[in-house]
Amino acid sequence: MSAVATYFKDIFQGLKTLLTGMKITGYYFSHARKEIITQQYPENRDTLKMFDRFRGRVVMPHDENNEHACTGCSSCELACPNGSIEIMWERIVDPETGKKKKIIDKHVYHHSMCTLCNLCIIACPTDAIKMEQTFEHATFDRKELTMILNKPGSKVRKDVEE
Amino acid sequence: MYNFSALTQSIHQYLSEAMSPLGAKITEMAIIGLVLIAFVALSVMGLVYIERKVAAFFQLRVGPNRVGKWGLLQTLADFLKLLMKEHIMARNADKFLFNLAPFLIVTAAFLAIGAVPFGLGLQAFDINIGVFYISAVSSIGVLGILIGGWAGNNKYSLIGALRSGAQVISYEISAILSLLTIVVLAGDLQLSAIIESQRDGWWVFKGHIPVLISFVIFLIAGTAETNRGPFDMAEAESELTAGFHTEYSGIKFAMFFLAEYVNLFIIAAVGATVFLGGWMPLHIGHWQAFNHIMDYIPSIVWFFLKTGGIIGIIMWFKWTFPRLRIDQLLVLEWKYLLPINLVNLLVVAFITLMGWHF
Amino acid sequence: MTEETLTKEGLKTQEYFVNMGPQHPSTHGVLRLMLELDGEIIKKVIPHIGYVHRSIEKMCEKDSYRQIVHITDRMDYLSNHMNNEAVCLLVENALEIEVSDRVKVIRTIMSELTRLSSHQLWWGVMGMDLGALTTFLYGFRDREMINDIFEETCGARLTMNYNTPGGLMFDIHPNFQRRVKEFVAHFKTKLPEYDALLSDNVIFRNRTEGIGVLSKEDAISFGVTGPTGRASGFSNDIRKHKPYSAYDRVEFKEILMETGDTFSRYKARILEMWESLSIIEQLIDNIPEGEIQSPAVKAVIKLPKGEFYQSVETARGELGVYVVSDGTKNPYRVKFRSPGFSNLFVLNHLAQGYKIADLVAMMSTIDLVIPDIDR
Repeated sequence: MSAVATYFKDIFQGLKTLLTGMKITGYYFSHARKEIITQQYPENRDTLKMFDRFRGRVVMPHDENNEHACTGCSSCELACPNGSIEIMWERIVDPETGKKKKIIDKHVYHHSMCTLCNLCIIACPTDAIKMEQTFEHATFDRKELTMILNKPGSKVRKDVEE
Repeated sequence: MYNFSALTQSIHQYLSEAMSPLGAKITEMAIIGLVLIAFVALSVMGLVYIERKVAAFFQLRVGPNRVGKWGLLQTLADFLKLLMKEHIMARNADKFLFNLAPFLIVTAAFLAIGAVPFGLGLQAFDINIGVFYISAVSSIGVLGILIGGWAGNNKYSLIGALRSGAQVISYEISAILSLLTIVVLAGDLQLSAIIESQRDGWWVFKGHIPVLISFVIFLIAGTAETNRGPFDMAEAESELTAGFHTEYSGIKFAMFFLAEYVNLFIIAAVGATVFLGGWMPLHIGHWQAFNHIMDYIPSIVWFFLKTGGIIGIIMWFKWTFPRLRIDQLLVLEWKYLLPINLVNLLVVAFITLMGWHF
Repeated sequence: MTEETLTKEGLKTQEYFVNMGPQHPSTHGVLRLMLELDGEIIKKVIPHIGYVHRSIEKMCEKDSYRQIVHITDRMDYLSNHMNNEAVCLLVENALEIEVSDRVKVIRTIMSELTRLSSHQLWWGVMGMDLGALTTFLYGFRDREMINDIFEETCGARLTMNYNTPGGLMFDIHPNFQRRVKEFVAHFKTKLPEYDALLSDNVIFRNRTEGIGVLSKEDAISFGVTGPTGRASGFSNDIRKHKPYSAYDRVEFKEILMETGDTFSRYKARILEMWESLSIIEQLIDNIPEGEIQSPAVKAVIKLPKGEFYQSVETARGELGVYVVSDGTKNPYRVKFRSPGFSNLFVLNHLAQGYKIADLVAMMSTIDLVIPDIDR
């Protein structure tokens, strides 16, 4: 092909490829109502549902008798890579049997250090802790990110001991 | 069709009766200046908003929607924010030139907008070399970019400024040459006369393929001249952070921003005026009835529709194409646009000579 | 400052330095490149790294083998699943444990989805680096579907930590297969759009073709792996050469290009996306039954004394994990051979004589993830 023909062919080829690109963006522009993918966040709070495996933060479920399943065995504390779980336990004398036993005093969870890796949940032998599906965790005070997971006055459920 | 000169004449009459001829003249100038400034401020705000919305729709987003209904007040909020921001200047910056650059670029934009015919009888400055005047004045803007890029004492902005210099100087030629095809056809440099010559149809339709080619070239060169779209060499965000205005902050940055959009408007307005008949309604030859119906739509609406259309196309370019490299940009101009343009001009001159156009 | 030289017209000129980064729109993070420039022409690129160095290798020494896995998410966060898999495979091989076929197949599907999501992000960012700002959102639109799949099955979108030594953290979600099929069908219609928007575009072609040519010999001597190396014809796909997980039972092509310029690096990734789709299609209907977690792996993992190495193919290239174990529950020394680190240092070789705009395009096609370089 002569140089002149290539010159004009280049121009037309180039224009054609440019127009194909413009056709695609033009399609999305003219169908914006249908194709828009972004969500309007604070407005859709009510309908925004996280998947049930979503890892928001660690919580300890309590039943209606204010009882939980944590025996204070420290498995989660050992499994945690970042030291974001601290178990404070104490030894008490069981009033019924008279034996000394270890119970949980405070299950301290530092959300600010947590990487939400799920290792503590897997390590827990009694399924006492689980991941909550919340995601709005910003606070004005860093102290609020240190949580005590077991509620005050709560006890270990009878059937999960040992 | 409503002639705006009736309105302007009545104002002139009233002022002449109220004060001396000199006073009337000065008052008229002040009024025109204020109206243009207000128009520029409002239209730039509108354009920024439209640009952001258009970009958002191209990108499957919603765009600004928080400030005011549909985010209409977003640009106003941004403007207020820019007004209140601190002026920052690098230690070794050239203070005088650094402050001068934004004013220079805005002045150039204002000089050009004075000659734009917005509607029938609505043109502040109908000089008999209108096309020449607008292209001459709008190239002052590049001085602002060069000075701004140099004075900031930043290597990124210097690279951006030099790129912009090379770019605007080359693309000016294409823009003017493509305008010249119409000047040859219309036989006049005056904008009002060019519009008048399109009373029986716009040049884009009347002038066969050569005018279509020169229209496309004008669009490309115009995009390049406003430093936009695939030709935003001077800014080149992903290469030079913000290009020539890297060092500017606050209201001085806002001036660069303003000038960019005014220039976009001017390029679109000139394109609409010269190729699409400006405020002239869509007339087809001797279809009297059709032409008459079209005349019912006010001239100012026609002008803004056409200008808006061209602005839309330029925005479409920007949000679709990757950026060219600086040497490819110059290759495009000197190896493709310029030769085609020269041949095109020759063809148009021949057509005019033979009277082959409609 | 460099010395002043005289041009042939007798003008004084000077080469100068420009700091590109650590805060720069196209260094994708905190990479700092010192550019020695002559006008716009690059004389030398000096990468300065370490701005996000978090001593991950040292952190691994205090962690147990289960805990190491989740840190690797944070290295190359776009190939998170492959990074996890590398550590898990290493532990399994060291303990001589065979995981079930189900685990292998799911791991492979997950890895390919991760590769796709990484390449989608790369495509969007590549367009943005070259000035086509719209591609970014198109890439993210398709990536969003993969992220949803990850979120539903693994519980997180980026730092998934889905693999554990000896298996997986959960079984796949009941919706997993349906969603993956939906995604594959959707993405097959969108990939041609990617081509029309960038690959065929004349401006894009001119910006990339013949720019930054890396020869096969140089690719090998710089240790450039992944699509970047394969674009130069350097056959280095770990999935082919040392198959792991279920890669030995699927059919796929190793994408090898010849020219080694920016465009072939770009094209290699686009073609790799097609291959990933085909791998997923082959496996998604044939997930065998089996246990999710091998019972042979105890709660406290102790590797036998010795040195272990495992490499996987991440979206960027060969990730090698090297562990020296002294028989305790923590490794004695961990070393990650990250693909980004080797790929970055080819930049000086590539960019000399080209312009700043070309450097941006080259950086894009090398596909740098800064935490992967610094670790």
